[in-house]
Amino acid sequence: MKRRQLIQTAAYGTALGAAGLSAGCASTGLQSGPKVVVVGGGYGGATAAKYVRMWSDQQINVTLVEPNAAFVSCPISNLVLGGSKTMADITTPYDNLSKRHGVTVVRDMVTSIDPDKRTVRLAGGGELPYDRLILSPGVDFMMEGLPGMAKAGAQDQVLHAWKAGPQTLALRRQLEAMPDGGVYALTIPLAPYRCPPGPYERACQVAHYFSKAKPRSKVLVLDANDDVTSKGPLFKKAWAERYKGIVEYRPKHVLTDVDAAASTLKFEFNDDIKANVLNVVPPMRAGDIAVKTGLATANRRWCEIDFLTHESKAAKNIHVIGDSIQVAPAMPKSGHMANQHGKTCAAAVVALLTGKQPNTLPIYNNTCYSFVSDEDVVHVASVHRYDAAQKTMLTVPGSGGVSSAANELEGRYAMAWARNIWADTLA
Amino acid sequence: MTTPFRLMAATTLFWISQVAWAQVDALQLRSWAAACANCHGTLGIAQPGMESLAGVPKDDLQKKMMDFKAGRKPATLMHQISKGYTDEQIEQLAGYFAALKK
Repeated sequence: MKRRQLIQTAAYGTALGAAGLSAGCASTGLQSGPKVVVVGGGYGGATAAKYVRMWSDQQINVTLVEPNAAFVSCPISNLVLGGSKTMADITTPYDNLSKRHGVTVVRDMVTSIDPDKRTVRLAGGGELPYDRLILSPGVDFMMEGLPGMAKAGAQDQVLHAWKAGPQTLALRRQLEAMPDGGVYALTIPLAPYRCPPGPYERACQVAHYFSKAKPRSKVLVLDANDDVTSKGPLFKKAWAERYKGIVEYRPKHVLTDVDAAASTLKFEFNDDIKANVLNVVPPMRAGDIAVKTGLATANRRWCEIDFLTHESKAAKNIHVIGDSIQVAPAMPKSGHMANQHGKTCAAAVVALLTGKQPNTLPIYNNTCYSFVSDEDVVHVASVHRYDAAQKTMLTVPGSGGVSSAANELEGRYAMAWARNIWADTLA
Repeated sequence: MTTPFRLMAATTLFWISQVAWAQVDALQLRSWAAACANCHGTLGIAQPGMESLAGVPKDDLQKKMMDFKAGRKPATLMHQISKGYTDEQIEQLAGYFAALKK
């Protein structure tokens, strides 16, 4: 215990020491330079950290606090379930953020924020001061609505795999261990949730695996929504043509509880369903640290922000980006969008800390690819522009759309998209 | 004595306001362009499998985007993205990427 603590402290000391050194090389008088702390190293936070450094010509100190050793991408993680990609394919280290951009990466968790003192407290001990704080904590799950999930062992057995990482691999192992002729049941919460088309892509990926390895098995999709929430006709076509007899889609199934021991799902209006593998994507809200700090002012679930700067409407000098925000109309909670928030916020934070006016007209796009097999892909794209009258981001009329049909060319573009966004976020 | 001074002051003020304008525009344009980086790479230099935009002649980029927008050039999704930008914004973005180092 003591030894471990010592190692952690030593590692932390080294991180700060290294930052001090690189800061000294970049310019003089950095101790007095502005300080930005970024919480969460996903698509939003990592992008914000990199771009604050780039756009301030390395004049603003940036510390990124992230508990995981490496970035694991949610986009493409469904292909690990389908068997055509590995965990290594979706994992990127944080090294380049520190080596190329001089971001201080601290492997820790933020346990509390003091908006008056402008400090964050770390689980590993100590505080970090900030001039501006960028929160990108992603989502956390509203497990309190599913009492059975609080029972011992339930969350080890019934997985969400909705944060790419150990659960992704564990769910793949459950699918591999399932006998041919078994049933995999996937529940989808009411929108909004992280990655609108993600569950439907997952149904395709598991069905793709079953069609090759255990063709008598079934994928049962139990959706709380009235219909498929994204790319509906394209997914339904894939299920009807590619995975006929494997995928069954049932809308209006609102999950109320899970009996992990009996491998059974319970619903508001429908009969109980027993299956071999249960995959519950629970309802979600802004990451715990944002909720705890009192920033989740929309239904106590999502954080309201100013879309010009991403500054919280509830606390000054705290900016919120990514899945945690109360979205604008037709804005998805996606990795691509979180990356766009990261850049919009980074530009505003640099402007505010250097006495300039933030951009008054943000324009950015969202592109989302879904794999309906190991090769064929469908996309949805949109362009979002700030509307000064309504003070929100609105889609530009006439822009955006979906693929006309699943195709292999977009399968190649989807992987190129992944390589590029991973580099834009982390390299 | 006073006239040249006034003229100088006026010229300086004019120069400052021009610089301020240029700076605001440049930062806005940089932010717009950064939204393309998700697919086309940071500072317009793409990873394998996607086209880089850095250093591409302005006229070529502008024509390509206008052709996507008008539906003259086949695309998987750029016909949908390009419609989100005005002709003027497309011209400004093309100029921005043309000036970036390859």
